[in-house]
Amino acid sequence: MLSAIFVALILHLIGGACGLAGEKFALRVVYLLSAAASGLAALAALAFLLGDGTPIEAVLPIGLPWLPAHFRLDALSTAFLFILNLVAALVSVFAHGYGTHDFEPKRILPLYPVFLAAMNLVLLADDAYSFLVSWEFMSLSSWLLVLANHRDKQTSHAAAVYLIMASFGAVALLLAFGILAGIGGDYSFAAIRHATPGMLPASLVVALVLLGAGSKAGLVPLHAWLPLAHPAAPSHVSALMSGVMTKVAIYALIRVLFDLVGSPIWWWGGIILLLGALSALLGVLYAVMQSDLKTLLAYSTVENVGIITIGIGLALAFKASGLTTLAGLSLLAALLHVFNHALFKSLLFLGAGAVLVATGQRDIERLGGLIHRMPVTAATFLVGAAAISALPPLNGFASEWLVFQAILNGTVLPQWLLKFALPVVGLMLALAAALAAVCFVRAYGIVFLGRPRRPEAAVAEEVPAVMRAPLAVLAALCVVFGILPGALIGLLLPVMRQLLGPNAVPFSHSTGLWLVPLRAEQSSYSGLIVFLMIAGLVGLLVWVIHRFASARVRRAPAWDCGFPDPRPQTQYTGSSFAQPIRRVFGTTAFRARETLDMPAPGETRPAHFAINLRDLVWEGFYQPFIRLVAWATEQIDTLQFLTIRRYLTLTFASLVLLLTIVAVWQ
Amino acid sequence: MLSIAYDAAHLIDGSVLLISFALLYQRRLLAVFNAFSLQALLIACAAAWQAYVQDAPHLYVTAAIALIFKAIVIPYALRRIVARLQIHHTIETVIGVGSTMTAGVALVALSILLVLPVTFASGALTRESLAIALSVVLIGLLMMITRRNAITQVIGFMSLENGLILAAIGVKGMPLVVEMSIAFSVMVAFIIFGIFFFHIRERFDTLDMQYIETFRGDQR
Amino acid sequence: MAFIAQILHMALVLALAPLLTGLVRKTKARLLGRRGASLVQPYRDLARLLRKDAVVADNASWLFRTTPYLVFAAIWLAASLVPSFTTDLLLSPTADLIALVALLGSARFFTALAGLDIGTSFGGIGASREMMIASLAEPAMLMVTFTVSLLIGSTSLVAISEHVLLHDLGLRVSLGMGLVALVMVAVAENGRVPIDNPATHLELTMVHEAMVLEYSGRHLALIEAGAMLKLLLYVSLIGCIFVPWGMDVAGHPAGFPQGLASYLGKLATAGILLGLFETSIAKMRVFRVSEFLGGALLLGLLAVILLYVSRGL
Repeated sequence: MLSAIFVALILHLIGGACGLAGEKFALRVVYLLSAAASGLAALAALAFLLGDGTPIEAVLPIGLPWLPAHFRLDALSTAFLFILNLVAALVSVFAHGYGTHDFEPKRILPLYPVFLAAMNLVLLADDAYSFLVSWEFMSLSSWLLVLANHRDKQTSHAAAVYLIMASFGAVALLLAFGILAGIGGDYSFAAIRHATPGMLPASLVVALVLLGAGSKAGLVPLHAWLPLAHPAAPSHVSALMSGVMTKVAIYALIRVLFDLVGSPIWWWGGIILLLGALSALLGVLYAVMQSDLKTLLAYSTVENVGIITIGIGLALAFKASGLTTLAGLSLLAALLHVFNHALFKSLLFLGAGAVLVATGQRDIERLGGLIHRMPVTAATFLVGAAAISALPPLNGFASEWLVFQAILNGTVLPQWLLKFALPVVGLMLALAAALAAVCFVRAYGIVFLGRPRRPEAAVAEEVPAVMRAPLAVLAALCVVFGILPGALIGLLLPVMRQLLGPNAVPFSHSTGLWLVPLRAEQSSYSGLIVFLMIAGLVGLLVWVIHRFASARVRRAPAWDCGFPDPRPQTQYTGSSFAQPIRRVFGTTAFRARETLDMPAPGETRPAHFAINLRDLVWEGFYQPFIRLVAWATEQIDTLQFLTIRRYLTLTFASLVLLLTIVAVWQ
Repeated sequence: MLSIAYDAAHLIDGSVLLISFALLYQRRLLAVFNAFSLQALLIACAAAWQAYVQDAPHLYVTAAIALIFKAIVIPYALRRIVARLQIHHTIETVIGVGSTMTAGVALVALSILLVLPVTFASGALTRESLAIALSVVLIGLLMMITRRNAITQVIGFMSLENGLILAAIGVKGMPLVVEMSIAFSVMVAFIIFGIFFFHIRERFDTLDMQYIETFRGDQR
Repeated sequence: MAFIAQILHMALVLALAPLLTGLVRKTKARLLGRRGASLVQPYRDLARLLRKDAVVADNASWLFRTTPYLVFAAIWLAASLVPSFTTDLLLSPTADLIALVALLGSARFFTALAGLDIGTSFGGIGASREMMIASLAEPAMLMVTFTVSLLIGSTSLVAISEHVLLHDLGLRVSLGMGLVALVMVAVAENGRVPIDNPATHLELTMVHEAMVLEYSGRHLALIEAGAMLKLLLYVSLIGCIFVPWGMDVAGHPAGFPQGLASYLGKLATAGILLGLFETSIAKMRVFRVSEFLGGALLLGLLAVILLYVSRGL
């Protein structure tokens, strides 16, 4: 199975080479090759997950002559490989139609397969060298993809911020692996797994990994680059970055925390839990305020990464206290949400891409009424919006429900601080889930419902079948995994056994019909029955009412309390829809201020209304840092104008200093 | 018997805390007075109940003091003051009600975290009374710093005193002297505040502390 | 037996929901010194609406026309999961309290979308405010769930009712706070005074009525019946968590009459109390609603925190 994945990687490389050929040829070949390669890899991963789960290892003589690259296929990496390649295959099919609308396809085609291959390699890597090299390839290729539309001024700003954050994250990961490998310097994961670092180095590793992987995943406060960079890329790349690349970062987090760093300490879990809750709440609050559809989706990624992180933190805390069954439940909830979010977020980004192709607009205030012009896109986007708002019986609800179950059971933890933190985390998660529904009612209602606000939206055409098909498949997967979450859980149970030992068996009472996290009398849920009951009841209602009451429909102008206005400008806009939330939460979270300048009667100047939102994370966290760096560079600047003798003195002084340190150390 | 004793005390204590939050939530001055009367009434109930359970008759005195002065006399007097001074009936807050209440919940969590480890050996009732009493005290302080109006600051101060009484009656064998002194301190404070209201009013024409602060000598 | 009980229960909630609304209206009318319409007036209204043609705006999409069916089905399913006269229900493991809240959330999601579908300003104002209220009410509800689950160790409604019935929980402050919070949520979720006025028309303050303004005929009948069913659902929910007494737990038909009688008694009490409450209070400004519900939210949180103290964990 590993060889099948390597074949897929080679196909990606061929695809990358084809991307360098003529534009017409490349457009026809590259995305199809990527789709085929990803499909092959997804099938191989599925086969592994259905098998007995014995890890497959390979050592390839790539890289430096005395440092061969280690690769390994185990349950954890395969689970992520499966979702990565499943989504990538569907996105590539969409891209086959979307790519022709790209501004400069030549800037995307060679890099797209490289990006996919790099993400695969990160998941396969079994030593720190190949992990970090693949990680850097992933960062750089995605950075170049963000730059595809480089003439846009905002894009170059986004790319600059992304590059800084990516380099920062890579440095943090490099240091983390340096500490893990220790003085011995054996960088293979097998050796790291056997070493047992002390408490201080281990905590340092956790902090560094949180910085490195957390910045890539978009955890608050390291999320600043994400809502800039993800929307700037072409839509199919955005779907991959938001849907999958953040998951690769989550993979890195899980790999280090549960596999490499040794036995956990409870407060690691507490800190991760709080970071996750903060990301979930802040992410969705930002999302509600956005008027750019893709930026909105990117902020909602921050929210969902937060939800996943809550699950991971909780699992870590449970594991530290020896409660393996509960740890298994939390980690499974997190992994399930990884799957589900990858599905619906790529669906939503592709839907946004379809809207972009059809109308040329990303600003929701210029759209509207697309449900009439683009029925398939509208229907699939609705499924995605409902799934991400955690509505039963779709898949988003199944995983969020499990996270809630894990939190409710968390009160058995012995640590007081965690006991008190958990209700607060539960509250923040509940707020985030409810606000996500607000956010997506707004996004869907403004973009697809109502009347077209601009002519572009009024003349939009549905996208071709090659783009509709992946949307339909993703929407269908959201429904299927929602009503049968047990199928996914069955696939993921080997991961629990690998990371938490054979005793981590939540769901032992689950059947195909019922999802029972721990005990049947405690809680249970059945998406299938909810689905069947709603379908059955709707059928019954339609039949009874149409048969015995009335079935006639008359069309008439809208009622609107007797004062309908034909101008589409009189509709509620995105910002007016967000006004109550802005008033309730925004005055604290964003220092939201509304200024209204209303001319007196008789005056001829126009009225003016402005909303002022401040990004407190940027102001409180990044700007002091930027000022510090600016100050430091100014200080160091003097070093540029020294004489040769002074330079030699500096070199000599540092040499002596280092020698002294070595002498003292011994 | 023990279980009912505990349950009833638990219920009263919790209600006192609830009223503290109601005090934070209210925006109208008269509603604040009503809530404060209710809190004092609950304190009286708590004291009487403890007197009955602990068989400590001096606590009945505490209950009577709380009932007469705090539940009836002081709110009535305050109403008179408001009526005579024609003070505006809405309360101006320094920070929003939502944020204040969130801070209040955080203070409750803090006091529970503080009290529980210390009183681990003692019974559930003592532990809980102390935790709730500390919360009521802290919320009273919070109310004093988040309200601009001088009268609500007085109410905050007296709600703080309620918290102290709650702590005193929850612990067995607390002598009456302490309670008397507490009650007197409240009275004294009330009288002082009452006098001050008139003087402030005469002099500055407002009870809003923000305006008064600008008259302070040490400010530039 | 569980199957028959389930069918009976589903029919019962459907039959009783308009009566409860009629009772609330009657109580309010009597308190205001009017005679008020008969108790069965809501049934007549629904029947009349069902017979009429549905008038649909020119630019309404398929979403607008399917929403009433979806919403009613979701609320009916949710109502069929809350025990009324017996805890022996076939479908009860389908969804616990959290899933129940989310199911109602689904209904609201689609109602709000339908409000935006025609593109009128009233629809938008209603949808936007309804979602704001929900964004605070749902978390408050989950905090109540948290309290109950911490005390009883379960989020399954049947298990909660049986536990409260069979074990002596004593007077719990946390449960009291949870009850207050749940009542506040129920008032908000059902659009009752002081949050929203179910009897309002053509006012800038209306929320739920503004959202469903464009509906008529059978669609409106379904929406209205859904709202009535939701009120009944919340009353049953409060009943089965906080006052489950009289309910049948054995799953034997012999216990059904007693369970039914106590259920009817609870509904009547709740209806009259709601009528009393609504007449005695004024509607609040829309932006005070956030403080009201924020209060419910924090009350729920406080209940959880205090539970730690009383249990001395």
